[in-house]
Amino acid sequence: MAALLEIEGLTRRFGGLTAIDRLDLAVEQGELVSVIGPNGAGKTTLFNLITGHDQPDAGRIMLGDKSIAGLKPERVAALGLARTFQHGRVFGNLSVLDNVLIGAHTRLKVARRGLPILGPLVELGLALLQPRFVEAQERALRREVQEILGLFGERLLPRIDEPAYGLSYANRRRVEIARALALGPKLLLLDEPTAGMNPTETAEMLVLIRQLKAEGLTILLIEHKLDMVMQLSDRVVVMDDGRKIAEGPPDRVRQDPAVIEAYLGHRSVGGDTAAPVAALS
Amino acid sequence: MISFPSADAWLDYTINGLIVGNIYGLLAIGLALIFGVSHLINFAHGSVYTVGAYIGWAAITYLGTPLPVTMLLVVLGCGLLGIAIERIGLRPLQGSARIAPLLATIGISFVLDQIVQLVFSPDPRGLATDLPDWRIQIGSGTIGPLDLLIAAIGIGSAALLFGFLRFTKLGWAVRATAQDRDAAKQMGIDVDAVNRTVFAIAAALGGLSGLLVGLYYNHIDPGMSFQATLKGVVAQVIGGMGNVPGAIVGSLLLGLTESYGVALFGTSYRNLFAFLLLIIVLVLRPNGLFASRRQAPPEPMTGTFIAPSRPIALPRWLVPGLTLAAIVLPLLVDAPYLLQTLTNAWLYAMLALSLTLVAGTVGQISLGHAGLLAIGAYASALLALRLDLPVGLSIPLAGIVTAALGTLLIWPAFRLRGHYVSIATLGIGEIVALVILNWESLTRGPIGLSGIPPLELPHLPLESTTATYWSALAVLVVLGLLQSRLLKSHLGRTWRAVRDDDIAARAYGVSPDRYKGLAFAVGGFSAGIAGAITAHLYSYINHETFTSQVSILALTMVILGGLGNLVGAVLGAVLLVGLPELFRVTVEFRVLIYGVALLLLIRFRPQGLLGTV
Repeated sequence: MAALLEIEGLTRRFGGLTAIDRLDLAVEQGELVSVIGPNGAGKTTLFNLITGHDQPDAGRIMLGDKSIAGLKPERVAALGLARTFQHGRVFGNLSVLDNVLIGAHTRLKVARRGLPILGPLVELGLALLQPRFVEAQERALRREVQEILGLFGERLLPRIDEPAYGLSYANRRRVEIARALALGPKLLLLDEPTAGMNPTETAEMLVLIRQLKAEGLTILLIEHKLDMVMQLSDRVVVMDDGRKIAEGPPDRVRQDPAVIEAYLGHRSVGGDTAAPVAALS
Repeated sequence: MISFPSADAWLDYTINGLIVGNIYGLLAIGLALIFGVSHLINFAHGSVYTVGAYIGWAAITYLGTPLPVTMLLVVLGCGLLGIAIERIGLRPLQGSARIAPLLATIGISFVLDQIVQLVFSPDPRGLATDLPDWRIQIGSGTIGPLDLLIAAIGIGSAALLFGFLRFTKLGWAVRATAQDRDAAKQMGIDVDAVNRTVFAIAAALGGLSGLLVGLYYNHIDPGMSFQATLKGVVAQVIGGMGNVPGAIVGSLLLGLTESYGVALFGTSYRNLFAFLLLIIVLVLRPNGLFASRRQAPPEPMTGTFIAPSRPIALPRWLVPGLTLAAIVLPLLVDAPYLLQTLTNAWLYAMLALSLTLVAGTVGQISLGHAGLLAIGAYASALLALRLDLPVGLSIPLAGIVTAALGTLLIWPAFRLRGHYVSIATLGIGEIVALVILNWESLTRGPIGLSGIPPLELPHLPLESTTATYWSALAVLVVLGLLQSRLLKSHLGRTWRAVRDDDIAARAYGVSPDRYKGLAFAVGGFSAGIAGAITAHLYSYINHETFTSQVSILALTMVILGGLGNLVGAVLGAVLLVGLPELFRVTVEFRVLIYGVALLLLIRFRPQGLLGTV
């Protein structure tokens, strides 16, 4: 089977520092791949490069048969790639509903790209006239947002019309995931979705991600909570200093000496391998 | 049109450019210091410069002080003023939205300028020097003692400042605060004291610069502050915001560019060159000429520019009810003065609708909105005068022309964020005015356009006070309804998403350029129509009909009503146009009141009367 996302020789340098160094990575359709590694390993830079928020110095990024390296983020999104942000970036003054509706922006018939100048003018005209097909899609999307928010139980639905700035930290992360789902993504990139969540909330998130995976969604996940990574992932990629130092099924990666060294320093310091691995999980 | 001066004259222009550059340098250093420690563009800086010039004038005229004493008095007076600005205008705003201190400095500059005007009268004054009257011949040009003094003060203050920053403890504290404010605070640096010091130094240098300019041209007037702020900011942008040596080099470059521009094209082109240079640098190298290439974007401050708030829910009947009351008003009362005032308010309300969309809904704080009025006014007037188009056609066409031209002009600035947008729009607004002044074959330059036909529809003259009132109200209601419909569509949330966090918006397929463009087009249309109607009401316009004060007044209205709030924009316009009329306030005091209103609003009700949307 051809990979949905295929990265080859990806490199990004910041001045003298090589944040990503000739990285190869492939994600198959329906797979959940986790990227782990110590802070500063280059995980978020990798996400920024895939989603067009940063430009690579070298390398190839293919989504299906389309090269997306160097595309603008809005073009990458239009190709079906949705992401969440490490520190959470909701639109503070927008209601929960509007936040999630922005997620569906690429699907709006009224906002088709069109020709330069002409495309935006058509969009303006349609927004003013509100013809039936625009109105119908807007109504359908609002229903869909209700369904997506339903995935989070009673966490978000009662707050659907509240502005996002008033939400708790965990709820903002949930809004971000709901927004990403509204895009109807081919590939979902989650950057530490459980950062700052307590154990109960983390467990809820684990159930949700598992459910999304079961529905066939392809997911690339950055996560520090290794317990969660081990339970969810089909494959784990370990990064350190911008390079991939290990890759494989969770069971094998957790035994890998290079991984243990990256996380806990040199092996001779940590004694035998069993103890650090226990610490990892 | 272009005349090439002789080689000797070039030397003169070069010397003149360097001296003017030196003066700009004194302004720009202060701005750079302030930006360094507080990440703020101090729009009150030019006012301090004016105050400095007037302190000097008062000392020389009333006390007969010799130059060194005059300079000392200016430095002391302006230093204290700087401390006061920091204490009153900025310290209370720590922790509020990023836009707040910027708006506060605008308010302070209004207040200072107006006080200077009230105290010293708006008439220009001469500022004679008691320096000896000898000149050194260099080629065909000459250098006098004043030129040397300016050069010496420029170089001397730069050297002093360098020594202060490098070798004194307080200087270290300033540099530490500039690098990382929070870390400096953690290390026990009194950040407030650093701010105070920086404002005092900056203001002292700015005041000195004002005095020197007054002496150099033997001319001072209260209106000189705005240009000074602009020049200082331009010089600083060229050198890189917050970069002190960069500010000096940028100032000299600016001085030379202007001087050579004047040499080639004539005096009225001086400022045009300055602002074109500003826009070019902003677009090509927003970090300044001396920034290293790959740097983080200058102001990563998404999501914090506008304070979170919710609009106040108005009863459903209120707005239609008030509109109805406004429609029947002329039938109930016979008060032409009231109707004229309200007509003026409706026109300002159209401008405020435009600005509340651009600045409030999309978060692009425009300081050059009067430029859009001017484009609309000239477009409609020229269409009616030159092509004999009926007024009923020329006004909507002017709206479309303004939408297109305004969006095109601001397009290069779309990649900028936050304060940089404000600088760019300010510059673009000035460029519009200067193009109108200099494109004489089209606009008749400083003479202006006269005999613009009055408002009328086919077979329906609208000249009477009542008819004008109704026309303006009708247009306002239509524009308001259109904008409200757009805000309810997907565009409303998309615009606000771009404002709140453009990076997240892009990640979801929203192209910020496209939606900023649409907002400026819609806003340009409203503003253009407002300008066009104004032109037909006044029957005479020139390049000074729509000044930058109008832009700031519109911004005050928008903030008063609540950023992005349609009803608030109209309310703000009615209040700020209506109240001064109600109390019969004279023009000078009116501007003072606008400044104080802006300051009080930012301090005590930043979300405006009806709340940010």
